Amino acid sequence: MKSGFLGRVGLYFSVVVLVSPAVLFFLWMISLSLKNELDNTAWPPVFIPNPPTLANFVDVFEKNDFLTYTINTIIVSFSATGLALLFGVPAAYGIAKAKATKAAALILIARVTPGLSYLIPLFLLFQWLGLIGTLTPLIVTHLVITVPIVVWVMIGFFEGLPGELEEAALVDGATIWQAFVYVAMPLARPGITVATILAFIFSWNNFIFGVVLAGRSTRTLPVAVYNVLTFEQISWGPLAAAALIVTAPVLLLTLLMQKEIVAGLTAGGVKGG
Amino acid sequence: MSATNAVVIPSGPRAYGRRYWLFALPAALVVLLVILFPWIFTLFMSVHEWKVTGETPFVGLANYTKMLSDERFLGAVWRTLIFTVASVVAPLILGVWAAVCFSNTFKGRGLARTLFVLPMMATPVAISLVWTMMFHPQLGVLNYILTSVGLPPSTWVYDAATVIPTLVMVETWQWTPLVMLIVLGGIASLPTDPYEAAILDGANAWQMFRHITLPLVMPFVMVAAVIRIIDALKTFDTIYVITLGGPGSASETINILLYQTAFAYYDLGYGSAMVVVFFVLILLVSLLLLRTRQREDLR
Repeated sequence: MKSGFLGRVGLYFSVVVLVSPAVLFFLWMISLSLKNELDNTAWPPVFIPNPPTLANFVDVFEKNDFLTYTINTIIVSFSATGLALLFGVPAAYGIAKAKATKAAALILIARVTPGLSYLIPLFLLFQWLGLIGTLTPLIVTHLVITVPIVVWVMIGFFEGLPGELEEAALVDGATIWQAFVYVAMPLARPGITVATILAFIFSWNNFIFGVVLAGRSTRTLPVAVYNVLTFEQISWGPLAAAALIVTAPVLLLTLLMQKEIVAGLTAGGVKGG
Repeated sequence: MSATNAVVIPSGPRAYGRRYWLFALPAALVVLLVILFPWIFTLFMSVHEWKVTGETPFVGLANYTKMLSDERFLGAVWRTLIFTVASVVAPLILGVWAAVCFSNTFKGRGLARTLFVLPMMATPVAISLVWTMMFHPQLGVLNYILTSVGLPPSTWVYDAATVIPTLVMVETWQWTPLVMLIVLGGIASLPTDPYEAAILDGANAWQMFRHITLPLVMPFVMVAAVIRIIDALKTFDTIYVITLGGPGSASETINILLYQTAFAYYDLGYGSAMVVVFFVLILLVSLLLLRTRQREDLR
């Protein structure tokens, strides 16, 4: 579309207005995390840390067991994403090939159900199995988030693939399993990347399952950072530092893989929990 | 499938149709365990009086009838509806505006779009904590900004009158990007000829938006609207972290009350009944989503 000088100015103005709430928010978050307590509670607020200090980050790791929580989060998100790929990719292939729209609808229902509605029965189940206080309940419940994301994104990708190559493989005597593993999977690799990133991010971010199912030593980072707010004396620097530690991996991943993420989100309107 | 294919291989892909179900079997078992079992068990619990310990007598529909006269529950339903309507309308308007902007090519578009998307990818708990600090009535940066441009300071989440609008603002900040992405996908798929014709006819940018872009992307806006309705109904993390339903119960939505009932008061039977009602409400909306999607497929 062609537009005049005025249109250009209006466009840049609009973009600045739209993007600045996000940019300013994250800059302020970084600013809070790099200032000492005196500057953080100063009025008028100190905007640029001078001098910047990493004391808040040191404080977070010293006063809380953030290393354990980080490892917990990594174990839970990686397992939940890995298992979701293992179960979800073949399922999406089957659904796409069999054109099973009803099964696809079931996945959609899983996407729209509030996370809390799984929690009451699963909480009792895990209690009965004696698994509360281990990471297993977290990994299993995170499947509620990751499996629908993987299946939903992958159905779209498999439906978009031309079927001829697999048919050729079938004519040559391949089994459908071989056609899937050696023909369809390599073609769908971009889709698998998208599904992996999204499933990982929404599992990493999840709070609601952890807050109910995690014990003292099995907290994930979002739960841990919430506890910094509740149980510590409120000091803004460490709190902002903790928040930044939790969300930094996700933000970096988004910045690095923006193309894949945008493609996946546009396709599915995906969101976790 | 072409006819020749069917002749060459009698057991063509069509005949494999049933065998493809095997691919979905492991996932189906997972769905059975973590999705279907909870649904059925929730229904079972909702007709029992169920505390964490002790007897669990059958009470029929008592939990459901209790809801009808439970002021706290009815209040939560009302607040959820208000919160949802506002958290759908605002992101839709801003999201369509953003999509139109990002559909133009300009320098730095990729970076600007990525920055715009960050709020929806960031960990909700983390951003909620930062918002909480920004809302601080005396030391918060937002009141500093308001007063320095000559506006009166706000009470943000610390007053019953301002708490819902403030939470809607957070929700809008967080989820406008999703609307933008869906609508942007729609705009990208539009034909260019109507625009060329309109430019020849001397239409301005607003007229083109109003009479060409908007009607053509309306199906995508509808999809975004339904997704937004479902997500707004389900909002939990931000409200839980920022206000925990307070002050008093001024921002207590169904989801928050549900959490409190089940995991703070351990009234699992009543909580389950609430889950069922809440789920039916969301399911009705999702059916709407499916119908919009099917219409989409027909196009």
